[in-house]
Amino acid sequence: MLLKLFSRNRHTVQKLGFTLITLVAVITVLPIVGTVIFILVKGGSALSLEFLTGFPRDGMRAGGILPAIIGTLYLTFGTALFSVPLGIAAAIYLAEYAKDNRATRAIRLAIINLAGIPSVVYGLFGLGLFVLFLKLGTSILAASLTLSIMTLPVIISTAEEAIRSVPQSFRTVSISLGATRWQTIRRIVLKEALPGILTGVILGLERAAGETAPILFTGAAFFLPRLPNSPFDATMALPYHLFVISTQVPEMPIQIQYGTALVLLIFVLTMNIVATVIRSRARAKRQW
Amino acid sequence: MVLSSIVNRLLHMNKIQIQNLSLQYSDGTESLRNVSMEIRQNAVTVLFGPAGGGKSTLLRCLNRLNDLAEVKTSSGQILIDGVNILDPKIDVVALRRKVGMVFARPVPLPMSIRENVIYGLELAGEKRKSKLDEAVERSLKLAAIWDEVKDRLNDPAIALSGGQQQRVCLARALALQPEIVLLDEPTSGLDPISTGKVEAALQELKKEFTIILVPQSVQQAGRTADAAAFFLQGELIEYAEGKNLFTAPKHKKTEDYIMGRFG
Repeated sequence: MLLKLFSRNRHTVQKLGFTLITLVAVITVLPIVGTVIFILVKGGSALSLEFLTGFPRDGMRAGGILPAIIGTLYLTFGTALFSVPLGIAAAIYLAEYAKDNRATRAIRLAIINLAGIPSVVYGLFGLGLFVLFLKLGTSILAASLTLSIMTLPVIISTAEEAIRSVPQSFRTVSISLGATRWQTIRRIVLKEALPGILTGVILGLERAAGETAPILFTGAAFFLPRLPNSPFDATMALPYHLFVISTQVPEMPIQIQYGTALVLLIFVLTMNIVATVIRSRARAKRQW
Repeated sequence: MVLSSIVNRLLHMNKIQIQNLSLQYSDGTESLRNVSMEIRQNAVTVLFGPAGGGKSTLLRCLNRLNDLAEVKTSSGQILIDGVNILDPKIDVVALRRKVGMVFARPVPLPMSIRENVIYGLELAGEKRKSKLDEAVERSLKLAAIWDEVKDRLNDPAIALSGGQQQRVCLARALALQPEIVLLDEPTSGLDPISTGKVEAALQELKKEFTIILVPQSVQQAGRTADAAAFFLQGELIEYAEGKNLFTAPKHKKTEDYIMGRFG
């Protein structure tokens, strides 16, 4: 009965299917667009030169958020410093050198599981290892290291994927022309995988920039009257600042909350757009 | 009789001696079974036969490219100028500079034509622009592609047609001034005109190099071979002068294959 209906009205069914799929696609985009517009409308009026370049005043109820912006920049940079070289090295090892044996499978499993650990657990781990055991204190350094561990799985898996997608024939040809394995990786493989690796790096760092839990115990300060001037200082950071002014400060002007959210959103979206641009440019230029 | 064979030997020195070479891949695909043959200098030696016969495997032994593959077992020797190149202690990078290779599909590296040609030389440490320029012109001329690309050496190699790409790949292998050039079905993706150009280039090249070719067809084997070896399922069935093998094969299976009765 149902089959008959289908066969008789194939075109109607197809149209119905397409409409449904389009609808679903639109629905998935709506929350993102909605969030951006909502925050833009609510927080747009807070944006001013003073807001971006000033220090918080009146118990953070007025003034600017400069220390939080600078802090997030420091943390992102610090995270990149550790996670990028380590992540790319690990990806090269996994994609080019690791044999398919039990040890390699264990490493892969560890990376997958690392990606699934809740961020607050990273925070506690960072507190235990970096802050207390290694005596780094609540500092930019400890927070960056904690964020690095959290970011590593993203960087490793995207970089490995990018390295693997470079055609095998390039490697064979390069070797046949008297290149060593490492020369081949350096001159051909990494060069071709670079856009993919960069995309992964930016996406990983973007996540790190927006996280609160990992820095909560390891480096984030409630309020600092000055900018940090060494990696061993604690720092304010956008996501934690947002958490603080949304939950910890009574009679907080709502405008400032949304303004802070907007700045964080712009920060993260900009990184996202940069990643997208790099990727599409590389695709257009790709010679294979 | 003895004298003439000595003269013959001196005239056509055996560049390569393959002795009892056997090899099996881990995945059990192609293999070689106890292959022994001698390959002449400055001649085109073709290795032909149906797919899976071991021709490509043999080529990849000659420049140790099989080091990259999962090889289960291998035994035997390959002597090039008297040196066993299967010895794990030899310098494979030096070997690969001496034994160039062109693959079935043209694989231009993702860079300009010029950069492709000088890739191997740069790795070998050549930095002088004059030497590199000289090598580019010489090898592109040898590969019969110079006139077609001389005005656009800095264009990406991928922008060329398939036939042109393959000749650039040939030039790239020749730029290192190898002694032996291995060609694994180099014309398989090419149109007849490009194929003709590559085949013509080979006849010029053999004056300078020792050429080992896995042809795309029996016809191509017949057109190009000075010496020809027929491989079937990893075994060397028959090996003779090209003009003898294609006109009067001694072995029934060779004859059947040449006549197109199987394949």
